[in-house]
Amino acid sequence: MGAVAWKDLAVERRTKANFNAVVFFAALTMLLFGFALGADTEALKAASGGVLWLTVLFSGVLVFNRSYQTELETGALEVLLMYPGERWSIFAGKFLANLAFVLLVEAVILPLAVVLYHMPLLNAPWSVLMIMLLGTIGFVTLGTFYAAMASRVRSREVLLPLLLFPMLVPVLIAAVQATSALLNGDAMGDSRTWVRLLVVFDLIFFVAALLAFEHVIEG
Amino acid sequence: MRVEAGEVIALVGRNGSGKSTLMRAISTALRPTRGTATVYGNDIRTDPGGVRELTAMIGHATGVYEDLTVTENLHFACRMAGESTDPKRLLEALERVGLAHEANERGRNLSAGQQRRIALARVFLRPVRLLLLDEPYTSFDDEGVARVNEALADLRRRGGAGIVITHDFERVRTAVDRTVRIDNGVLIDAHAGPPMKQDFPKKVGHG
Amino acid sequence: MTDMNLGQGAGADVAIPPKRAWLGLVSLLAIAGTQWWAVSNSAPDRDMGNLQKIMYVHVPAAWTAFIAFFIVLVASAMYLWKREEKFDLVAASAAEVGAVLTALTLALGSIWGRPTWGTWWTWDARLTSTAILLLIYIGYLALRAATDDAERRARWSAAVGILGAINVPIVYMSVRWWRTLHQVQSSPSTISSTYVDGLRLNALSMTLVLVWLILARYRAACLQRAAETASENAALGGRV
Repeated sequence: MGAVAWKDLAVERRTKANFNAVVFFAALTMLLFGFALGADTEALKAASGGVLWLTVLFSGVLVFNRSYQTELETGALEVLLMYPGERWSIFAGKFLANLAFVLLVEAVILPLAVVLYHMPLLNAPWSVLMIMLLGTIGFVTLGTFYAAMASRVRSREVLLPLLLFPMLVPVLIAAVQATSALLNGDAMGDSRTWVRLLVVFDLIFFVAALLAFEHVIEG
Repeated sequence: MRVEAGEVIALVGRNGSGKSTLMRAISTALRPTRGTATVYGNDIRTDPGGVRELTAMIGHATGVYEDLTVTENLHFACRMAGESTDPKRLLEALERVGLAHEANERGRNLSAGQQRRIALARVFLRPVRLLLLDEPYTSFDDEGVARVNEALADLRRRGGAGIVITHDFERVRTAVDRTVRIDNGVLIDAHAGPPMKQDFPKKVGHG
Repeated sequence: MTDMNLGQGAGADVAIPPKRAWLGLVSLLAIAGTQWWAVSNSAPDRDMGNLQKIMYVHVPAAWTAFIAFFIVLVASAMYLWKREEKFDLVAASAAEVGAVLTALTLALGSIWGRPTWGTWWTWDARLTSTAILLLIYIGYLALRAATDDAERRARWSAAVGILGAINVPIVYMSVRWWRTLHQVQSSPSTISSTYVDGLRLNALSMTLVLVWLILARYRAACLQRAAETASENAALGGRV
């Protein structure tokens, strides 16, 4: 598991081109949303949670297929599968590498959201960061899982979002609602329900993906 | 079909006869729809993990990570196989395959033959009991061929077993003890000794 | 040492089920009968008039779409456990039929909504969740379409089907909370007991239609698979 994570991250570090591209794409997405929503400060503020998360989804989805590409190019997947060791540890390794990658991207776009969308992050910074982490875990779990399949068939660029995004609806709803509630004072303690949902979702799907991974990574 | 410890067999047959499929099934990459195989007592269906502990395969794919250096590729392979990643060992393996000078080159800067030597180095770093080679002589010059046969000789000495798929009956002559021929996924012939010219069908359009 | 005993031939040996035209006839008669009974025996709803009767199709359709999804879940799990191709074909058939029923549910819901709420779409919790359910189905079917190798397709669809099915209750819950946390949910009023009976009866007959459709689709899938296998075997030079 550690070996796989190390390897994925080492490869990415070598070609920073990919990381930079994803970050720029995320920034671009944020700008485009801004144009679409108009310049009214209050409207932007209200939409900031949603825009942030949509940006994470659209830019993050570019990461997952690529994480399998290194294996596909030189048939390294076959070789990888020949080593002794459990399949789920391959999943865990790729999950960790992808998680690190996406969190790094978020580290860049979160300040951007604060600036462009007047996001009142300082109202509840730690809580919002926790929500980001929980939501990202769910996102990366399913992304890593579905990309194991999508990366190996034609029309992979559209198939991955098609498979992934409907499954992420609970995460999107929970993360955006919780973020908005927290940034507005969370008078009714709504965020707690959403956090619970996120935790349950993350647990259920991490375990499910771990168990099912051997069926999708082979052959 | 049986392969004894300490013997290496050649698997021959025309294109599409099922040789690669058979090999991939034994390596647990493919699940057979019928029948089974055991490797030193481990059944490929019920205990694929056990089979993989004992088995290594070099197929058509080299599995070299192009953005990592040669040494890093080997380092990763050792970690995945649970072998020691002592840099001296890695360098030793590289010297055995003649890649010591390229130790810090990125994978993508290597030729196809050199990349295949990395695959061979992996085998030297991970002594296994069953070695599966699918067309191991392609892209290799005489020196590379010698290394492959060296690995097979090593294997025999250690009491391991090997199966080699090849069309190159010249180069495999000294390396195998027995030959098995299959066609259409069925075993049709076996004889002692290395494959002979008769084992290989005439090429279309020649003689 | 290595012992090998691998059988030959990698074809599908799925038994092709009989045609069962009688089931089609019976189920269609049943649904026609229950519809007629329900529609004629219930008085027009005082708020919504005869439009309410669309519920007699909409609700059973939703109900059977769920059953179909459940079948996908079970068949997928069975496939991963037993690795018998018939389970994969059942799952795929159920998914297709389920997708159609879900689309029908959405369409009827939208049609009901137009005169009721004045728009073709509101972000009503159930309607929205059903739309997501449809998208999950479609993802499943798209993956199948994109995968050529039969064994891989079966394995992958099974995994995707199971994960999708697990998510269904979570999706419904989260969308409902999303809509109700600060709002009062509007739902169609259900008062008279005849209405409820009508719904139940139609749900039953719709389930019969579901079973028939899935079996018919399954039969078609088996035939298709047999044809594929025959051509594979011909290409390989026939079974030796």
